Amino acid sequence: MEPFTKLTGIAAPLPMQNVDTDKIIPARFLKTIKRSGLGVHLFDPLRFNKDGSEKPEFVLNQEPYRKAEIIVAFENFGCGSSREHAPWALLDFGIRCIIAPDFADIFFNNSFKNGILPVRLPRAVCNQLIEDTKMGGNARITVDLERQVVVRPNGEEIPFEIDAFRKHLLLNGLDDIGQTLQHSTSIDSYEARQEQDRSWMPTTMTAA
Amino acid sequence: MSASKPRTLFDKIWDAHVVERLPDGTCILYIDRHLLHEVTSPQAFEGLRAAGRKLRRPDLHIAVADHNIPTKGSRIPKDIQEEDSRIQVETLEKNVKEFGVPYIPILDKRQGIVHIIGPELGLSLPGTTLVCGDSHTSTHGALGSLAFGIGTSEVEHVMATQTLLQAPQKNMRIDVTGTLGLGCSAKDVVLAIIGKITTAGGNGHVIEYTGDTIVGLDMAGRMTVSNMTIEGGARAGLIAPDQTTFDYIKGREFAPKGEAWDKALAYWKTLPTDPGAHYDTQVFMTSAEIAPMVTWGTTPGQVVPVTGIVPNPMDIEDEGKRAQHQRMLEYMGLTPGQHMTDLAIDVVFIGSCTNGRIEDIRAAAQVAKGRKVADGVQALVVPGSGLVKAQAEAEGLDRILLEAGFEWRDPCCSMCLGMNPDKITAGQRCASTSNRNFEGRQGIGGRTHLVSPAMAAAAAVTGRFADVRQMG
Repeated sequence: MEPFTKLTGIAAPLPMQNVDTDKIIPARFLKTIKRSGLGVHLFDPLRFNKDGSEKPEFVLNQEPYRKAEIIVAFENFGCGSSREHAPWALLDFGIRCIIAPDFADIFFNNSFKNGILPVRLPRAVCNQLIEDTKMGGNARITVDLERQVVVRPNGEEIPFEIDAFRKHLLLNGLDDIGQTLQHSTSIDSYEARQEQDRSWMPTTMTAA
Repeated sequence: MSASKPRTLFDKIWDAHVVERLPDGTCILYIDRHLLHEVTSPQAFEGLRAAGRKLRRPDLHIAVADHNIPTKGSRIPKDIQEEDSRIQVETLEKNVKEFGVPYIPILDKRQGIVHIIGPELGLSLPGTTLVCGDSHTSTHGALGSLAFGIGTSEVEHVMATQTLLQAPQKNMRIDVTGTLGLGCSAKDVVLAIIGKITTAGGNGHVIEYTGDTIVGLDMAGRMTVSNMTIEGGARAGLIAPDQTTFDYIKGREFAPKGEAWDKALAYWKTLPTDPGAHYDTQVFMTSAEIAPMVTWGTTPGQVVPVTGIVPNPMDIEDEGKRAQHQRMLEYMGLTPGQHMTDLAIDVVFIGSCTNGRIEDIRAAAQVAKGRKVADGVQALVVPGSGLVKAQAEAEGLDRILLEAGFEWRDPCCSMCLGMNPDKITAGQRCASTSNRNFEGRQGIGGRTHLVSPAMAAAAAVTGRFADVRQMG
């Protein structure tokens, strides 16, 4: 996973609540066995007409937002499915950070696993950032994970919260599994205890 | 020694599964059961392969293909017409073989939707942690299992370590009391709940459903409620295990037997929330707030009783919300003030992990019996598993439904999401027993209204939404 340290880029406004995972990447595009290549289908129902042509009114079809690396949206971003295809599609398009008042839980988790930083900021701040994004190519927003601040185009710094552990993984681009495997002995002893306490737990081996 | 602090059902399951607590509070949580399907697992297997890792405990996993499987014609993977779907199913079959994962083949009579077969086979048990790369994993919470949906990176994490890195969630209680009115089912209960708490109401929480209305539901009904927990924003929705739960589990294929059963039962009885335990958020409802419900918008929280009307966006103060509401009405082809019972429908879908159990098919057949599907309406009944299908056929429900003009299909996710041949087309209006009415969910441009199985059958035979209470 690519580390996330400090990002300065174009931010696209998406002033909508409940941007669901079917809007981010519809189910018919989930029939892939790869993680890459989904960017062309990102926000398909909002971005394209039925004949495949672009909807000119959609923000990511406009300059300079075609090169956006940040999205600013409203409440409950990423609600719905657990599909990691949603952050994969965002990442493949080039989005590394989403700023919103809050996120759906599964989407929030999935983002971190892919080097995408979801930043929670109050609605009033998101409104302000949305105004900033309308400055077009001049609207470069900086997201500094190390210092935990979002920097507006006018230089104003807005602090944000993040779990220390998630920050550590993201800053260093660390693989979760590698981290957990360092605790293998704890898992071994947990399983040994469990074999006694929960000996009733059935295995699935007779299924195959 | 002082008495220990009272704990919720969630606290108890969580505490029993913490392998290690990291300095910032994140926990390494042990996972007792992992269910896999073809859509969200291929990239996880690929990740294992790339890193040279294998499954830590293959005996705690089970795989089944469900999302892509056609509901009519040949179900053999090589016969699946759509190439992408076929590749996904064949990839699962290849991966389970290579990594030694227990697998239920498509032609096995136990094959079905992953959230139907987990409980059905006795794999979903009280007091356990259960995960799957699918948000409707919340279903298994109905048995008192801490069950939640995960992304593909987490699928890989569970396969490699049998654990997940999780931050503790908050406790939310939703208490529903009172006897359900005529024609009301578990689906109406959960739609009313989401209407009340909104689609983000449960974010950051694990829900526990309590109250005599919930306790009075059979296991199928409880699973319908837990299934839609994610539509209210919470990843997991628990119901305390009780005699109804134990009676349901006993004797199922993988359920503990003999001495193991006695041990399990003794443990399960210690799980219900202690008196005085703390919930961070509590919501109280009564059955008076629940009628046969129909959604009108494109999130499951936009729901009214079938006797209701399409709400007017002009009544909303917030400008952004008003604009979104207007956009939804446009998408759904509705005008404010329209009576739900005036809306003509084109398609009816009865099935899915929300309402694909035998009890759901019985409810639909009861309404369909002696009636005919309205002209121009396509009505599908898709059992949630091979075992549900066999049971329904043994009870003669298939014949009742076929005589009424319904199609009787083979088990799969079907028209719940546009990943297999069962889809609705642009502009078609569908009465669906599934869980999501998002734009395009059932097919590009399709208009989904979520309802109970009885309400779906009532819509099929009248050709529009109808109050099932008036159908005798």
